[in-house]
Order: sequence, then C-alpha cells, then structure tokens
Amino acid sequence: MSDIFEGLRAAFWLIFTLDADLIEISLRSLYVTTSAVLIASFIGLPLGCWLALRRFRYRRTVIAILNALMGLPPVVVGLIVYLLLSRSGPFGVFGLLFTPTAMIIAQVIILTPLIASIAHQAIRDLWAEYHDLLISLNTSRFQRMGTLLWDGRRALLTASLAGFGRGIGEVGAIMIVGGNIDHVTRVLTTAIALETGKGDFALALGLGFVLIFLAIVVNLAIHRVSGTEVRGRW
Amino acid sequence: MILRPLFALLTLATATLVQADEMKLAVTTSFHNSGLAEILLPAIKDDIDLDVHLLVVGTGQALRLGRAGDVDAILVHSKAAEETFVAEGFAPHRREIMFNDFVLIGPNDDPAKVGEAATAADALRRIEATQAGFASRGDDSGTHKKEKALWAEAGFDSADLSPEWYRAAGAGMGATLNVASGLNAYVLSDRASWLNFGNKGDLTLLFAGDPVLFNQYAYLPVSPTRHAHVNHDAALRLEAWLTSEAAKLLIDGYRLNGEQLFTFNAQ
Amino acid sequence: MVTSILPLRASDLKVRKSRRLLLDGVSLSLSGTGTTIVLGPNGAGKSTLLKTLHGMERLAGGDIQWALPDKQARDRQAFVFQTPILMRRTVLENVAYPLRLNGTSRKDAFRIATDWLNRVHLGKALNQRATDLSGGERQKMALVRALIRDPEVLFLDEPCANLDGRATREIEDLLQEVHAAGTRLIMATHDLGQARRLAHDVIFMHKGALLEQTPATTFFENPMTAQAQAFLNGDIVE
Repeated sequence: MSDIFEGLRAAFWLIFTLDADLIEISLRSLYVTTSAVLIASFIGLPLGCWLALRRFRYRRTVIAILNALMGLPPVVVGLIVYLLLSRSGPFGVFGLLFTPTAMIIAQVIILTPLIASIAHQAIRDLWAEYHDLLISLNTSRFQRMGTLLWDGRRALLTASLAGFGRGIGEVGAIMIVGGNIDHVTRVLTTAIALETGKGDFALALGLGFVLIFLAIVVNLAIHRVSGTEVRGRW
Repeated sequence: MILRPLFALLTLATATLVQADEMKLAVTTSFHNSGLAEILLPAIKDDIDLDVHLLVVGTGQALRLGRAGDVDAILVHSKAAEETFVAEGFAPHRREIMFNDFVLIGPNDDPAKVGEAATAADALRRIEATQAGFASRGDDSGTHKKEKALWAEAGFDSADLSPEWYRAAGAGMGATLNVASGLNAYVLSDRASWLNFGNKGDLTLLFAGDPVLFNQYAYLPVSPTRHAHVNHDAALRLEAWLTSEAAKLLIDGYRLNGEQLFTFNAQ
Repeated sequence: MVTSILPLRASDLKVRKSRRLLLDGVSLSLSGTGTTIVLGPNGAGKSTLLKTLHGMERLAGGDIQWALPDKQARDRQAFVFQTPILMRRTVLENVAYPLRLNGTSRKDAFRIATDWLNRVHLGKALNQRATDLSGGERQKMALVRALIRDPEVLFLDEPCANLDGRATREIEDLLQEVHAAGTRLIMATHDLGQARRLAHDVIFMHKGALLEQTPATTFFENPMTAQAQAFLNGDIVE
C-alpha cells in the first residue's frame, strides 16, 4: 500500500511543480495519440459506416477480420511497423523510425480496426432505424453515408474516444517504433515502463496517475464541447 | 482547438533538433541504468555540439539495429558478438571504452552460502546444489550471455537447468531484478543496475570481484559503406570524444552511492 | 417539363420473402386524381403492395411502369410509414431534410419547412427534438416531411393506426387539402370509417392477391367477392 501512496505523492508533486519533463512527455503523448485518433477516425468511421451499409460477398469475412484485428497485440503491430520503417525495410528511405511519426503510424494501425468496429455497430443500429426513410427518399449512397455519419456523430465520438483511451495507454508498439528516446519519442507510457524497469515504482506510479488524469480530462473536455451526456439520448 | 498548441510544440521540438548535429546510439539497458548517460550526454552536447539520441535496448537488439542501419553507432558489452559484427562488415572497427563489473545478488540469509564462494563458478555451483531460486535475464542480452558463459564454466548448460528454480524472465535488467526481488531469488546483475535499483526488498550483494566478472564496453560505429545514410561523421566525432581525456575524467569520476562503477580503459 | 408520372401500370407483381409469397400476381393501374384506399385483413399484403409500387421491394416477377423513367418517377413520389421514422434531429431539421437532399439551401429549406409545420400547428415545436413529440405530432411531422418535395403520388401505410381521434381527424383534413391540390393518394388502412370518408376508389387485397379494384361507392354498396363482403360485414375473413 505504501507504494501506492508514494505514487500518489509523486504524481501530485510532478503536477504541482509543473515538472518540465512531465509536461513535455505528456504533450507528446497527447500529440501522438490525438493525431493517431484523428487519422484512424478519418479512415475507421467511414469504413465502419460503409460496412454497415453495403451488402457484398465477403462482408462477413471483412467484419470478422476487423473484429479479430481489434485484439491484435500492439507489440506485433510495433514489430511489423518497425520492420517496414527500418532502414533495411521497404520504407526505410523515409527515415521515419524512432520519430513521433512512426509512433503515430503504429497507433493508427492499432486504433483503426477498433474505431471502425465500434462505428460499424453504431451505424448498423442507426441504419436499421433510418433504412425505410432513406430508401423512400431515393438517397444516393453518398447521401446515406453522410446522413448516418452526421446523425450518428455522438456514437461515433464514443468510438473515437475509445480509440483515444486505447492509444494513450498503449506502450508495446510505440516502445518498439519510437525507441523511448529522451526528448524525442519518450511518452508517458514508455516513461512508466522505463521507471518500472529501474524499480522506481513511485515515479512510475506517479506517471501512471498523471496518465489517468489526462485521459479523464480529455474525455470530459470532449463531452463538454460536444454536449453529449447532457441532453438525453442524442 | 487542442491541436494548435500541440503542433506548435512539435514545430518547436523539430526546430531545436535541427540546430545541432544529431545521431542515434543504441546502448544496453545496463549502461543506461547506471545513470552515467545523464552525465555524459550534456558534456557531449557542450564539448562537440552533438545531440546523442539513446535507444535503450538489449545487446541483441542493439546489434540488430546496427545491422539494419537504424542507428549510427552502438555501445555494447559482448565481445564475441561484437567481433562477428565487425567481421561481417557492419562496423569498420570496435573500440573499447571502459569496463564495469557484474555482481551476484541474492537473499539476505543466503541459503546457498554464495557469500563464502571463492570464484563466480563456485558461487553458481552452490546455487545449483541447493536449488535456490535464480532469476535469469533470458533475453539474449550481453548480461544473459555472460551468465550463460559463467554457468558453462561452472559445468552446467543453462538450458538444462530446471525451471523449478531457474526462472528466465525474458526481460531487461530492471525487470529481472524485480522478478528476483519478488521471488527472493539469486540474480546476476551489472553493478550499476543493482545500485540504481529502487526495489531491493530483501536482496543484497553477495559476491563480486572475480576478474571473470569484468564487463568490457565497446563502441562500434555503423559502417557507412553498408548504410550510406548513417551519420558516420557524427559517430566518429563521438568516438573521438568518448576516448578523450574529458571522457576519462567523467567516467572514472562517476560515483553511485559513493562507489565507482566504470573504469575508463580506451587505448 | 412537368408531364405526369401517371398513369402507373403494374402487371403480375410477385414479391417473395423467405420463401413466402407476399404478393401473388397483382396487376393494377392508377391514373388521374383521387384517393385510392387499399383494404384487406391483416397479412393481406397491403403494406407490401404500397412498398412494391414505391420501388422498395425486390420483385420476384412482374413489372412496374410509370409514365416517366424510374429515376424521375421516384423523385416525385413520397411515402408515409405506419410508425413515423424520426431522425435524430430537431423537428425543423427532420422536415427540411428531403429538401436538403435536393440541394436546396439551408435557409430556403428551413423557410419552406417552417411554413409546412405552421400549417399543421407544429410551429411551436420547430426546435424540439423529434423524439419529444407526441404520437399524433410525430405522424404530422412525418406527413409534412413527405409532402415537402411536393410529390405527385403519396403512399400512406396505415398512418393513423396508432393515433387517437383528434390526431386522425387532423391528418385526414390535411390529406383532403393535399388531394384537393392535385396529389394522388394511395393509402392502406383497416379503419373502414376512414376508408369511407376518403376513398374515391378501393383496392381490396386478400392473401397477397388483388381481388377487387372498383370505385368506392360500388365497393361499399355492392362488393363483388365473397371475401370483400365478409370483410365489410365485420366477419372474420379467412
């Protein structure tokens, strides 16, 4: 138990004294995961919507693959992205390995299936509701996507926030492709892993509390801005 | 809305990076855990205006990063593997920089009486005889290779030891020390990682000083003929600094809990 | 070019769902003006017939011909469902939605939608969420949403099935006005009183087949089939 109190105390001091390193790695965590969530949402939300709308031959297979990819271990994603971005790999010429960009790429791969899958479920329900109306109004495929994405935006926001939650706490992939370089690719989770490795549990736990705090603040801020959870069902 | 300051920060970060020359150096966890890097890196920045980005990995992965050309140089401690690395042409040469030593850690009450052993091999034989718990890195790192060599010297193949008491953590030095602390087991560690380790619990240093436990660190710049993109110039400048008088003073002078960790021995 | 999408000719329509034949060789034609009421016991295929004519069901056989090509014909029909479909938007946005699909500006769409909502006394509810409306208000909203593109043919599938008398009267009044303005109405109902009030002609369905299509007076006074007779008498029709 004393370790946990030590951790809380460390967290309090880190935040209270506005520790420069803490602010830097927290902002980097936010930058990497926010970018990854935006890109993954840009791909995943329309993809989920499209899967809910279209009836094609291998649709079930695609959905099954998507759901399976949700469980993909981040370490495996990290390893694959590492091999792709390595100087000896196919995209080595871009020199992206051990940069925040590489971390964003890895997280996009981890988050897109998750966001697409949640979006697919949400849009599928909404489509069942709207189906007759949108068919009757003779909407184009494009209009249907637009309407469902817009009217389902609260549920889709939840999908993106779920992605954010997974991304901000992820360590396996970004450790491998980012390398945990001080002042370059160190983020909250990799710093926690590092301090745990040194046996400095108090600091590791302190950083962990900062991470939780950050995730809560972001969620509250987004819900506040979007007005969800305030005005009933939608 | 949230993004604008973030992008500003990134631009700022990139801008600062571009000013000074920079290079990537893969180092072992044991070196990084010593805390010496935090002394050396600012001095390097001051003396030769070079930003060294450390990738802290096991020796095995450090060598792989060098082979793939993903880093500009490596600083590791596994002589045989380093010589192969040079022989295969991934580095033009190998430069010895300094050494530290390995120590045997174990529970305070020392059930295997390791503290009374004459040599490292003798100490391991005592552990095997009592089947007292032993935590191994098990990650093919420099420290793990050293440990396997010591078991061989003691007359055992570490692969044949019973997992009942021989636990391969498959993790870095810190994590393995955590395992040992949790199981109250014996463990081979580099001295720096041990001194810096915060979760000692019931563990204590039981055996050290056998010359076979000395641990030589060497610096290998990645070959520019193998990988044209590496910052070979910076790698050579860093090598020159690491073997300089300034580095000698800092390395020999570094103390952790009042103990000297490293001995500079560059030629 | 405002030529009519009528007459509509449908021949030998067959619709099958999970091996059950919902429409079994229905042929009919619709032209001119007026209100056609589709009658028949539950499961007779009334809804399926309307949806099929509107182009929402896959045909297992047969053929539907409007006077204009399908695409133009579709844009000039509208459909009111038994349970109003409420978009997760305000009442005003719900009603303006079909116009917005056509590319009408937001401002114009909202102005036209406001006019329509005022006509059905929903002017106060413009910025409420559609889900906050009462049952009758919901159906009125769905009705003006169907009318806002000024359809030439309006299908209604038992729009008053779940409504009380007052709401039913309001809907019927509006339908009378719409009919007077020249819209062709095709409405399924099982409320015989409503059928008598609104019908100009009647289609009587039974077990997926069209048994009668006659002027309303003929149907109510002198039905040709035994099933229709039983239905009008309030007997159970098997």
